[in-house]
Amino acid sequence: MTVDSTAGVPKKASGTRRKRVPSRAGSVAPPPQPELVQLLTPEGERVEHPDFSLETTPEELRAIYRDLVLVRRFDGEATALQRQGELGLWASLLGQEAAQVGSGRAMRPGDYAFPTYREHGVAWCKGVDPLNLLGMFRGVNHGGWDPNEKNFHLYTIVIGSQTLHATGYAMGITKDGADDAVIAYFGDGASSQGDVNEAFTFASVYNAPVVFFCQNNQWAISEPTEKQSRVPIYRRASGFGFPGVRVDGNDVLACLAVTRWALDHARSGNGPVLVEAFTYRMGAHTTSDDPSRYRMSEELEAWKLKDPIERLRAHLVREGWADQEFLDSVEAESEQLARRVREGVRTMPDPSPAAIFEHVYADGHALVDEERAQYEAYAASFEGGEVR
Amino acid sequence: MTAAAPDRTGPPAPARTAAGRPGAGRPAEAPVTTYREALREGLREALAGDERVFLMGEDVGLYGGAFGVSLGLVEEFGPERVRDTPLSESAFVGAGIGAALAGMRPVVEVMTVNFSLLALDQVVNNAAALLHMSGGQLAVPLVLRMTTGAGRQLAAQHSHSLEGWYAHIPGIRVLAPATLEDARHMLAPALADPDPVVLFEHGSLYNASGPLAPDAGPVDLDSAAVRRAGTDVTLVTYGGSLGKALEAAERLSADDGIEAEVVDLRTLRPLDDATVLGSVRRTHRAVVVDEGWRTGGLSAEVAARIAEQAFYDLDARVRRVCGAEVPVPYARQLEEAALPQAAGIAAAAREAVGRDG
Repeated sequence: MTVDSTAGVPKKASGTRRKRVPSRAGSVAPPPQPELVQLLTPEGERVEHPDFSLETTPEELRAIYRDLVLVRRFDGEATALQRQGELGLWASLLGQEAAQVGSGRAMRPGDYAFPTYREHGVAWCKGVDPLNLLGMFRGVNHGGWDPNEKNFHLYTIVIGSQTLHATGYAMGITKDGADDAVIAYFGDGASSQGDVNEAFTFASVYNAPVVFFCQNNQWAISEPTEKQSRVPIYRRASGFGFPGVRVDGNDVLACLAVTRWALDHARSGNGPVLVEAFTYRMGAHTTSDDPSRYRMSEELEAWKLKDPIERLRAHLVREGWADQEFLDSVEAESEQLARRVREGVRTMPDPSPAAIFEHVYADGHALVDEERAQYEAYAASFEGGEVR
Repeated sequence: MTAAAPDRTGPPAPARTAAGRPGAGRPAEAPVTTYREALREGLREALAGDERVFLMGEDVGLYGGAFGVSLGLVEEFGPERVRDTPLSESAFVGAGIGAALAGMRPVVEVMTVNFSLLALDQVVNNAAALLHMSGGQLAVPLVLRMTTGAGRQLAAQHSHSLEGWYAHIPGIRVLAPATLEDARHMLAPALADPDPVVLFEHGSLYNASGPLAPDAGPVDLDSAAVRRAGTDVTLVTYGGSLGKALEAAERLSADDGIEAEVVDLRTLRPLDDATVLGSVRRTHRAVVVDEGWRTGGLSAEVAARIAEQAFYDLDARVRRVCGAEVPVPYARQLEEAALPQAAGIAAAAREAVGRDG
């Protein structure tokens, strides 16, 4: 049992602190397995949990598998495109596919998600075209999807801000009388931000229907989770007066089951839930980062054995629910997606420089108009109208 | 708050030529360094020379700072004196104030000025006001370092130039090193200052390289510096715009025979009026260059002081070249359009001199 009661007394007081392999030389025993909700083991074995059950059909499992593979493929393509100079930046979700697809699929169509800048897998589940994400990272649009149509908010770059927006949005939903819920994504580093802690306070006091979904990917750029918290992050919820659950973030089925429960808990008027998806950022923080500077490759190797896609593949094959033809077809589809993404990105037209003056104010502004006119006159003074 | 995109490990930018270095043609034996290394040497000297000095902030330890400034310092001075903090800006700035009150000499690194907004209450309502509000009892000898500025495709929320805001606040000193020498030698006098000091490192300068003047010593924090002598127009600037102003001055000299004097403010609070006005009284024309926004910005303050104190010395109205009053764009060509560039500075100078063709 890993749900903290609101009384704040964990059922098990010990054994949940996780020790990290230090990033310096020195032999330390491997970290104990954290206590966490799991429905599919790293070996692909389906297990039951006393508090979280999940009914799935083979067809649904195949669809989940397809999501995971496609999301990983376009994420990898985006990293390659950045390396080739086609994107300014990319924040890879590599390793976090299960946390995102599991929680993304747990939402009802009316549930609203507030992402960080890494929730490409949630975007996929909400029907946002990957090209919209890539256009933003290329700098040719500012999102390109309608958040109200997709129920998927635009990406938030500022760390943790969106947890407050999600709380306010959730409070608004209750005013509407709807039974939708809101999910706010954030990371282990963000859990130290004042904004996030104030969001916890607010959501709890106002009983807002919001799920705080923390992907604890173990690293905030170079800082391990131990730099953010001396207790497992999910346990912080009890101090704010709402339940916290730690789930195996590399287990898509557990993420689906726990998030579905949490969203239903919130939408039923019981207030917020904190879900800590215990996962690992297999890649860099962003393409501007080089994780080999601060973490040991043995840690990466250990997490490779917990790969979210491999375990589902193993499960599907073992149960006889996926044959080679199916696996090949998903593979082929992922290659198609990568090609579409690559061609789409490369043919995106560049915006014109005067675009910088757009949308500064909703109804325009004299100062902006004046600067635009100055800029256009200045540009016209160059041969060919291009500023050099 | 962590930068989504600290420009740390990307390919080094092309070396900037003589970003305001006096004596660019000095003999080759002067050691070549970068702005980043110069800052690091200043930190190393401070840590080695005073047990009370320590550095804290996000990723400053093993990672060496989001921009690589503190690389190697945790190995040299240990994790007690080079401390990684949780992602809690208000906490580590506030704790820095507390440590300063207790007699330490903290150097707190906020990853960028953008994130310092989360700690603004600690800076404005606490650090800047405590001495006065305690009747002189509570001095806060804190140094806050942060990266500022745009030009690296980090988009609106990571590209602010808000040093003008900080320069608005009584009780603190605001510095903006633009040269290798200033990067190397501003920290010691900043730490010696009994008041809180906010030091802005421009993100586009970290890879700037060149020989470090061997005879440079602690910077006089009350003085602006004339980086290029000229007779026809004064370009007043600081920080990341200094290199662009110097480039504009070279173009003006080569193409138009206009000799621009370039003044580097380097201390944004208190402003050194004497150096700025002395130059304007010689050249009779002024162009103020500031990457920050024009409205209510530092450029407005400089222009107002020129108008207040040197109005009758002017042969032309004061001009300003500032960042466009829009959120800083992410796309490269849009970002370039939104920031002061050498061509635009030169055009404004030509106008001021009356040779705008």
